[in-house]
Formats: sequence, C-alpha cells, structure tokens
Amino acid sequence: MILDGKCPTGPIEQTWDKHRFDLKLVNPANKRKYNVIVVGTGLAGGAAAASLGELGYNVQAFCYQDSPRRAHSIAAQGGINAAKNYPNDGDSIYRLFYDTIKGGDFRAREADVWRLAQVSNNIIDQCVAQGVPFGRDYAGYLDNRSFGGAQVSRTFFARGQTGQQLLLGAYSALSRQIKLGSVKMYDRREMLDLVVVDGVARGITVRNLVTGAMESYAADAVCLCTGGYVNVFYLSTNAMGCSVTANWKAHKKGAYFANPCYTQIHPTCIPQAGDYQSKLTLMSESLRNDGRVWVPKKKEDCGKHPNEIAEDDRDYYLERKYPSYGNLAPRDIASRAAKEQCDDGRGVGPGGRGVYLDFADSIKRLGEDTIRERYGNLFEMYEKITDENGYKRPMRMYPAPHYSMGGLWVDYNLMSNIPGLFVLGEANFSVHGANRLGASALMQGLADGYFVIPYTIGGYLATVKPGQVKTDHAEFKKCEADVKAEQDKLLGINGNKTVFEFMREVGGLMWENCGMARTKESLETNLKKIPALREEFWKNVKVTGSGAELNQQLENAGRTADFLEFSELLCRDALHRNESCGGHFRSEYQDAGEAQRDDVNFCYVGAWEYKGDNKEPELHKEPLKFDNVHLAIRSYK
Amino acid sequence: MSDHKTMTLTLIVWRQKNASDAGKFETYTAKNITEHHSFLEMLDCVNEDLIYAGKDPIVFDHDCREGICGMCSQVVNGAPHGGQDRTTVCQLHMRKFKDGDTIYIEPWRARAFPIIRDLIVDRSALDKIIQAGGYTSCHTGGVADGNAILIPKPVADEAMDAAECVGCGACVAGCPNGSAMLFTGAKVSQLAILPQGQGEAARRVMNMTNTMTECGFGNCTNHYECMAACPKGINVKFIARMNREFLKAQFA
Repeated sequence: MILDGKCPTGPIEQTWDKHRFDLKLVNPANKRKYNVIVVGTGLAGGAAAASLGELGYNVQAFCYQDSPRRAHSIAAQGGINAAKNYPNDGDSIYRLFYDTIKGGDFRAREADVWRLAQVSNNIIDQCVAQGVPFGRDYAGYLDNRSFGGAQVSRTFFARGQTGQQLLLGAYSALSRQIKLGSVKMYDRREMLDLVVVDGVARGITVRNLVTGAMESYAADAVCLCTGGYVNVFYLSTNAMGCSVTANWKAHKKGAYFANPCYTQIHPTCIPQAGDYQSKLTLMSESLRNDGRVWVPKKKEDCGKHPNEIAEDDRDYYLERKYPSYGNLAPRDIASRAAKEQCDDGRGVGPGGRGVYLDFADSIKRLGEDTIRERYGNLFEMYEKITDENGYKRPMRMYPAPHYSMGGLWVDYNLMSNIPGLFVLGEANFSVHGANRLGASALMQGLADGYFVIPYTIGGYLATVKPGQVKTDHAEFKKCEADVKAEQDKLLGINGNKTVFEFMREVGGLMWENCGMARTKESLETNLKKIPALREEFWKNVKVTGSGAELNQQLENAGRTADFLEFSELLCRDALHRNESCGGHFRSEYQDAGEAQRDDVNFCYVGAWEYKGDNKEPELHKEPLKFDNVHLAIRSYK
Repeated sequence: MSDHKTMTLTLIVWRQKNASDAGKFETYTAKNITEHHSFLEMLDCVNEDLIYAGKDPIVFDHDCREGICGMCSQVVNGAPHGGQDRTTVCQLHMRKFKDGDTIYIEPWRARAFPIIRDLIVDRSALDKIIQAGGYTSCHTGGVADGNAILIPKPVADEAMDAAECVGCGACVAGCPNGSAMLFTGAKVSQLAILPQGQGEAARRVMNMTNTMTECGFGNCTNHYECMAACPKGINVKFIARMNREFLKAQFA
C-alpha cells in the first residue's frame, strides 16, 4: 500500500499557515466534552497536556515515574535550536529547514520539517515567558552557541541543563493545569495496551505500578508521547525506564512502525568500564565546540599517557577528514569516524574503545575559567564517573546509542494510521529523517506539544462525537484480561535466567550486528538468533514476586519481552534498506567510508504493519518528494 | 584506570513490604564489586543474587542514572545520597568505599514522604507545592519575543542557580524538621528573580508556603543540612529570599 502523509501542497512557506486555517475547530463550550489521554510527560507530553488543558479539553496524563517532572527529556544537556538569527550570522527559517533535511540525509518530509523550523522561534519565546533561565549576555540578550551540522549559532541553552529547564517549564505549565482541574495526572502508571474499538483508538490499559492493579481509561483521542527505543541496545544514554512498550503495544494493535532502523549513535559518551554497567552517560555535543577529537597516529602510542604523545603523533581525524565542519561534523559521521579509528587499532582506554576529546588548546586560548563556566557540570560529571580530571587530561569518549529517529508512522497532523491515535516527539518518526542534528530533539518535542497538536487534534475531534465508548465496553475488559494473562505467564515461568541477562543478551546482539555498521550477513544472523532468544525467554526467565504489588522485575520483564519482539523488526527494516543513510550504515553501501544513499530505490518512508505473532510484517511505503531542497550527496568536507 | 581489585561489602538495608508494614533492617553481602561500579550498579548486583536465590530484590527509585532526573533517593550511612558533595546516589561510585565496609541504606524519612516499599517513598507532596504556584501563569502562544525583556547575565545566572533543583527531596530527608524550605525557596526565588515571574510573586509565595505546611513539612531552624545534602548545591540564601518575599507579601 502507498501511504499518504496528507501534507499540504503549494509554496512551502505557506503550508502550515494555510493548513491551520483549513483545520476544523471545536468551539470553546464543546471542548470540555472531549476527553484526551496523554501518555508520557516529557517535553512532548508535558507540553501537550498543559496546552490541551489550557484550551479546555479534559486531559488525563500518565507517566511511569513518580512525578511528571522526571521524564528523560530532562537529561538533554546542550541546547535547543531556533531560527531567531539573533547573532545576525545568516540564519533563517529556510536555513534551519534546509540543515534539518540535509542533516537527516534526505529521508524526512519537507512539510513537517518546514513547520518545525517555523515554530522554533515561538518555542524560545514561550519558554522565556515560563521563566526558563536561558543563558544571556551582560546586556540581557539571549545567548547562542554552535552545534553539530550547522554553520550558524542558533542553539539556546541553560548551562548544561537545557533539557531539564525546558522540561521544568512544561512541568510548571502542566502543574498549573492540574491545579485548575483541567488535567488529571496519573503517575507511577505504565501503559500496557492500546484499546481500539471498530478501528478507532478509544483508550488505554495501564498497570498501577504501586498496587499492581490493571486500570482502564477511555478517551476521544490518545496521544502517545512515549519517547524512543534505543534501550533495545541495552546500554544506551536513555533512562533505565525508557522502553518501546507503549509504542510496540500500539503497533500490535495496528499502528504502523516507520523506519525503525534509523537509530542515532551519539559520538561523545563516556566509554563502558565493565560488564556490570547499567547505562552509558552522554557528554553534550556542545563540548565539540571547544574540544578537539583525536587518537594517536601510531598504534604503539595508545597505551601512553595522552599528554606524553607529541602533537605530530596525534591524528585530529575529524579536522583532517571534514575540514569545513571539523569537530562539529554531524553525529552519525563523527560516530562512524570514531569507530573507524578504533577498528584500526588506534583507540584508547579499556578495550581500545575510546578517542580523546581534548580541551588543552581551548584552555590555553580562553583560560580554564571560561571552559569551566561553559561546561563545568559536564567536567564534574565526567570526573565522578571516571575519576579523571578533564581539565588536566583529555576526556575519553566513545559513541553510544542515544536517540531513535524512527517511530510510529504519523501523517502531517501527527495522527497515526489508527484514527484517534496521535504520536508526538521522539515516539513518532516524522522530522529527523535518518539522522537527527544536535539540539533538535528538544525543539521537536516542544513544537509537537505546544504548537502542533493543539491545532491538529481539534481538526480530528471536530469530526467525532464525544464519549462514544466508555470503559465498560467489552474491549476494555478484554485488554485488561490479556495484559493480566501475559503477566501471569511471566510470573509462572520461574526459570533460571534473570530479566537483565536476557536484556544484556539481546542488547549485545543488536549492538554487535545492528549497531553503528550493519551488513546483510550480520542482520541475517540476528534474524535467526533473536527468535531463538525470545523462545528461551518465555521458557526460562525468572521473575520473583507477584503481580499484585510493586514489582520492578515484572515491569522490566514486560519491557524486555517487547524489546525481544521489536528488535527483530528493527533488523528486518535494516536488512530491507539496501542503502546507507544517516544513522543507518550498511557496510556494503559506502563510498570510501561515506554513506551511499540510493535515491532511486529507497527515497521513501518504510512503515511496517504487524501481521500477528511470528508472522512476517508487511511493508508499506510513503514516497518522499523534494520540491524545495535539491536531493544531493551530503557533504561536510 | 582499571585495576581488577574487587571489594566485598556488608549491606544493612531497610526492607518494608508496603506502606502499612512495620519494616526492618536486613543484612546482605555485596561481592565482586569494583571501584568503577556506581552505587546503584552495586545494588543491581546484589539484586541479581537475591533473584537467583528466589528472594524479592530490594526495590528503589532510579531512572536516568546520571544525576539529573531526581528519582533516586537513598540515605547511605545516614547521609541523603551518601554525603558526597553535589552528588546524587546514582552518581556515587564505589571507589568512595573500601573492601570490608558496612553500609547502611535507608529510604528518605520524613512525615510528608510515606514509604511505599523498601527504599521507595511517595514524594507527591513536592508536586503539590509546585501546583500551588510554582509557575508563571502564561498561556501557550501569544507571548512576547524572548529578547523583549532584557535580563542581564548576573540576574539570569542567579535564577539558574535556584532553578537547578532536581526535586529529589534530599533537603527534606536531611533536615531534622523534615522541612521543604530549600525546595520551595528555590522555586519561589527563581520566579521572583526573573521579571516574568514578578507580577505573581506575592500570591505565589503565600500559596506555596501554605501548601508546604498543609503537606506536613516542618519549618526551617537554620541547620543548613538541606544545603549539605543537596546534589545540586542549592544555596540556603534562597530560603532567606523566600522569607523576604513572604514578608513583602504581607504588605502587598
């Protein structure tokens, strides 16, 4: 089937304004008759729940944490992009649009990306009004920094805690609505099923993580703001609770999963120290503004103290390979380059899996105080984890899974192929193509939540009668029973391996065979091994305790079960895409180390339809058309 | 860098089945721990052993494991987050301990934070304080340009110092009075320092401090234990600032 994203046509700069005008409206008195469910309270979910509550809808918001302030958006360090052009360095909506399309290796929709660039400026204004303390200069004007993949300074920041401050802004707006009664907040709840009645999304099934009780909630529309899935690699920069579960359950109820193989590996993370490790920690890309990346030229120098390696014996490989962007080459390119050096035997640190990020030159030029002012909290964090002082000795970095560009398929209105199911933020696939540029995730989450869904959901709700299905409907009972049955099964196996062991195993397979580089052979290996591992899981996993209590093992077991299914789809998508683009690098398709796209055969969104347990999913295609940006080979040289 | 010495530690951990259970300390052994383990990774290892033995693992709140989400909440050897300067317990590393150490692990203890299970407490009272006024009442859309109101760097920086709070509740756990004055003072101050929040400053400080009292938090008697426990180093000067805002509000 050929999918239609329902993008508006005509001159690109008028598309969003025209579309907004064409959307139907729900009159103010009728809004309170509509119930909207928002799952997840990160930037997308928090902003959406607050904004929809302000408009007068009845909102029910859900998160698995103990408070809506804790979603993993909070961990974003570096910044948020906007096309304000405050520095007068040539930025514009068009340039942000162009950089994002190019950065995504020409695998995103033009209209969606244009809209993102257009509303980016409103986001900054909104956050300032909320009291987000962005970095400013002595006169009081907003300050900007540079980020990867752009030659202008368009990134706004709040020290090294931009995500935290933006999330707290959304959380404060949400808290205001909770107090006013327009939003009802349900914390410590995990969504375990989507309820679909006659092909329309009508509600969700959640587990109360404190009592273990199954609960049903009905609504006229469901918004999934449930984040990304890179914990499929086990070790990633995501929080421990991030999972594919909500999205996967929706997929199994009919929502198409688009481009799952587009996963982002972030170039600057603290390398893994041992097998017991539970997560990887990212160091903001903004460090590459002042840090220089290098490895020893000679293998025999790798064991030496870095400060003893002479300048001439260092290979500043990003500056060498990409002179015009240098250390600010986009993430996918910087990550692959790091892997290349390490594969060549010139990596440093444990297992030779690391490259240096060196601040010596910047400290000489700007002084340690300036560097401390810019990145102090990152240096502190690095020292806590590694016991090394980044001011005195170059940091060690290695790429780590960080973000998923793929996600549930949505049309221009952010609605999935299931009517009434909307998907926002990282959970959808829409704007980053095959690679996301730095400081764009915060922008997208807030754009979707503050400035897109408040309009587009009205266009849908205006066409439906409110309150058609209630939780006494048989389908709600069935979903609760199904979820309960799956949990009882997990609790009844009482095998010999823990949930963590299985997650480590599937994550290991994914990182090894479907990570920074993939081949037909490695993917076929996974497509054999993952089903076998899944079978073993359902025979041999050990989950202690019961379902009727707070049980973290049971929570993790459910998430792992879903990763064991989803990982297969990710590999299948990677195998079918016989090209390299952005974060998807198939070793067979390269031109001297650079990704080789195939626009003739693969210039489309690949959206997969679930066909049943252990059945092959069906691929649907949405062709991508580029009317405003010329399809070109992406060069940062 | 990595040498392969490992440690064996004795853990004395608070176990409590649910809110109504009396709870008690249990003793466990943590084996094969290296200096590079984080504190929570050490607990992960202990939990794996408990699961193999068919016992219930120790439950604790955690999520980002990089010191920013504010979810983790353990009192280690009597100090919230373990007592390392400006460090959440998820960022505490085992190199701070030595082979043979005995470590006591307890949940946050405060009247306003009922225990849910083991080391997990209910901190929804902190959300209630924010709901009482920890915001500017702006709607989405229709706001002025970000540069329309100038905020000189020292002012923005001071607001940011207050805004860094992660809402973990260590200040409450560290305070002999179970007071949330540092938490509340940080938010009141952030929004009173910035021009965007000043219009509602009087209303905000009254509503937030009232809610603080209603939720069962104690008052401040200048112990400064909150600042010592705070993983973000939030300064007690923000409590003083809140007191000034409170006084001003009496005359507003």
